[in-house]
Amino acid sequence: MKELLLGKLNWHALPHEWFTIGGAVAFIMMIVSAAAYLTYKKRWKWLWKEWLTSTDPKKIGIMYFIVGGFMLLRGGLDAIMIWLQQSLSSGSSHGYLTSDHFQQIFTAHGSIMVFFVAMALIFGLINYIVPLQIGARDLASPFMNTLGFWLYVAGVVMVNMFFLLGGEFSATGWLAVAPLSGKEFSPGVGVDYWIWSLQISGIGTTLGGINFIMTILKMRAKGMSLFKMPLFTWGSLLSMIMVVTVFPLLTITVSLLFFDRYLGTHFFTTTAGGNAMMYTNLIWMWGHPEVYILILPSFGIFSEIVSTFSRKSIAHYKSIVFGMSGVATIALLVWLHHFFTMGAGADVNSAFGVATMIIAIPTTALVFSWIATMYKGRIRFSLPMLWFLGFIAVFALGGISGVLLAIPPVDFQLHNSLFLVAHFHSTVIGGVLFGIFAGLNYWFPKMSGFRLNERIGRYAFWSWIIGFFMAFTPLYVLGLMGATRRLDHYDGSNGWQPFFIMAFFGGVIIMIGVVLQIVQIVASIMQRRRLVDATGDPWDGRTLEWSVTSPAPAYNFAVIPEATERDAFWSMKLRGLQKPHYENIHVPKNTGSGIYISIFAFLVGFGFVWEIIWLPILSIVGIIICLVLRTFNDKTEYVVSAKEVEKIEQSHADKVRSAPSGSDTNEEDMGLIEFIKAVLAWALGLVRRKR
Amino acid sequence: MSKRRSKLNQSKPIWFVLAGLIFLVLLVAVLLRGNDVVLFNPKGAVADDQHRLMVISVLIMLGVAIPTLFLLYFFAWKYRENGKKATTNHHSSNSKFATAVFWAIPAATVAILASFMLPATQKLEPQRTIEAGGEPVTVQVVALRWKWLFIYPKQNVATINFIQIPVGTPVQFELTADEAPMNSFWIPHLGGQLYAMTGHQNRLNLIAESTGDYEGSAAEINGAGFAGMRFITRVSSRSDFDLWINKTKQSTKGLTAAEYNKLLKPSQNDAATLYGSTNPDIYSKIVSKYEGSHGHDSEQAGY
Repeated sequence: MKELLLGKLNWHALPHEWFTIGGAVAFIMMIVSAAAYLTYKKRWKWLWKEWLTSTDPKKIGIMYFIVGGFMLLRGGLDAIMIWLQQSLSSGSSHGYLTSDHFQQIFTAHGSIMVFFVAMALIFGLINYIVPLQIGARDLASPFMNTLGFWLYVAGVVMVNMFFLLGGEFSATGWLAVAPLSGKEFSPGVGVDYWIWSLQISGIGTTLGGINFIMTILKMRAKGMSLFKMPLFTWGSLLSMIMVVTVFPLLTITVSLLFFDRYLGTHFFTTTAGGNAMMYTNLIWMWGHPEVYILILPSFGIFSEIVSTFSRKSIAHYKSIVFGMSGVATIALLVWLHHFFTMGAGADVNSAFGVATMIIAIPTTALVFSWIATMYKGRIRFSLPMLWFLGFIAVFALGGISGVLLAIPPVDFQLHNSLFLVAHFHSTVIGGVLFGIFAGLNYWFPKMSGFRLNERIGRYAFWSWIIGFFMAFTPLYVLGLMGATRRLDHYDGSNGWQPFFIMAFFGGVIIMIGVVLQIVQIVASIMQRRRLVDATGDPWDGRTLEWSVTSPAPAYNFAVIPEATERDAFWSMKLRGLQKPHYENIHVPKNTGSGIYISIFAFLVGFGFVWEIIWLPILSIVGIIICLVLRTFNDKTEYVVSAKEVEKIEQSHADKVRSAPSGSDTNEEDMGLIEFIKAVLAWALGLVRRKR
Repeated sequence: MSKRRSKLNQSKPIWFVLAGLIFLVLLVAVLLRGNDVVLFNPKGAVADDQHRLMVISVLIMLGVAIPTLFLLYFFAWKYRENGKKATTNHHSSNSKFATAVFWAIPAATVAILASFMLPATQKLEPQRTIEAGGEPVTVQVVALRWKWLFIYPKQNVATINFIQIPVGTPVQFELTADEAPMNSFWIPHLGGQLYAMTGHQNRLNLIAESTGDYEGSAAEINGAGFAGMRFITRVSSRSDFDLWINKTKQSTKGLTAAEYNKLLKPSQNDAATLYGSTNPDIYSKIVSKYEGSHGHDSEQAGY
């Protein structure tokens, strides 16, 4: 009876190790303090109505950023723990972690950074910016968007669930390589947590992909042909096409792994005709395109930043579009380079090696286009541009090491070594993360109405750059010294330890950079009046998102603009604006359905992890009921009347007129010392008021 | 602010970056002193070729990357807002010729790289036997949880976590695994790695050209005992090798079916062990154990 009700779940599953107890306490304290704050401020209703149930892609984008930001801290903490163990565990010392715990940490680090940080932050930017860039008022399916977001959140909760409810996390690497991830070698619930967090969030990603393809293809402003689209929109479109192409593959592959574990099938087992090599192929057929899904929007971001901050139109636009499309296409055809060492033979390896190298051609052409854009420009070194310059240095390193790894005989020596780890961190940190940071600094004024503090932003940037090279140069060297990845302990005699220690300190410097980024945002909020951008166009932008107020109104555009040229807003500025004619605008209503469905989806996963059979069955029924109810809901939109639109737009125009001339005011951004003083003063004031 | 001072300010990041780079190089050089950079210190023909290919490829790529990076940062500096060269030209040229050049440069580079890569991939294909130095020594490798079992079928001896091979003689490793996840067999001093998988046999051909002890490892994550699954490869002269074989044969410990079943039980950080005798078809039984759709009880397999 008890088993029927609770499956494998029992008291022993509850946290009983220092790291799960610590995680659980931190988790619960965060929830309790957030709940207490909301109750104290009476903000529950506001949170529910304004944010959680919102179908506005702009709000969903910001929520992606908040959740993804927290996950970045979580994944960063994992990285520090990995490096600390590796700096300590040499020779007779075995560090502070068991091998099993260590393996859980690097698995969590990889899974979280790819699925719950990089994907989330990219989706955040796409949500906020793409509709604005193409002159759309909302998405093709606003409901699908909130559903996708909440499924992602359900995945986030699932991946952190073992802290709260105990058990363990997967210890099989971020791709759960078979047959290690099968029941035979990993009998615990760890792999199941991994499976279900990916399954649930993966479905959300697929929904997002479909939605954005529809939106970009069908909802562009009049006159904006495909070849007039801003490049970030192009990158996003290609990325979303790839999502729709390969994410179903992930869903199927992980489902088969689930069948192996739960139903006892033999797709990837060692026995009974199972074939683990099949898993390796399938997971990389998704896994390789995945990194390009992340990098393509980033290429788009950098293209726009280079153009805006060089004050020139982008050079060789079509070459960039074709280049990105080429990358997107070839990226689907190179998965085998992740396992040249499986022994497929020289011919197969050669074919995939050449295909991989070919990706370097469009990528390099892209870099040349950026150089040509900067040539004879007027370059401002604002933060986004600084991140671009940092990206080039780090990404070049990642590109060179990447092409090196594409050469099969060389890969035999470098595969599974720390050189490989250093390579993909160069591409993902340099390409994806720096792209996101550049995009955040670039579009933050659009999201908030004030720009980010430049001074502290620069400190953060330099910490990241110094930290990156401090942390990953030693990993390149260690790879050349024959050090394999994922080692929780190594021999003391081969001289690896100093490099691991160096990498650890690099990691600490990166963490300082992350802290400085948080400080940057907090300081900017504190001095938001000084940093205010009333115009909505702080950088002298070229694309349509800069033509509306900051933050953009719920309906995005009072009047749908007409895009006659590539840099639509730039040409409008040259022509001068005409007096608009306002009309009623239909805006999607809030809905809680996305949240309800995601809760049920979470319970499906949770039930399967702990083998509580009745829970998934009931939850699937719940999902179906929610979906049916949603389809019968005809009142999904509300109307903003022409009068209201005029009022909002008028108040914006007044604000612009009364704002100090020019967005670059002479007042300086606050530095670190000023920030600390301000925080202390605020804290003191709080204490005094209490008395 | 004087003009000179502002000029200094503008170029500050450049000096800052240069100093950082020099510091980084010095730090790495100091930490490297006296240590073996294995991949740059090949001890066999395969590793040597792989090392050379790596260096050539990097040099070819740097030939394009360094000028490109220089140009990018130079333009960024030259056309900076406060500089003299900044223009108010808002349109980028899109000449077809430039586009062609942008694509041709990396395409030519990749073509050159591929011209090195393709023959090397054929030559260094691990399955290809090495035609030098006489008859090859065969070592059958079984990845277990978490130790390496090495069987010398001709010599009829076996070892755990230790191999000895003669210098200048090709060695053919036949790789498989038993009741273990995927593994990767890697002796970086001698050459690249290859996977060892259950029910599957991979051939890795290597040759050693100088004597010494070289570390080998399991490079693919495989569970709790992963980090300790290491072995020593001792390269010795032919006569020392024969001597070692003879000595090993005198060991009373044999790799019997019972002993092998003991080995199948997971264990970590096993010490090197020598077996004086072995069952000649034990390896083929291990590989064929996974054929067909029947179960895999080790008793059922019957050795």
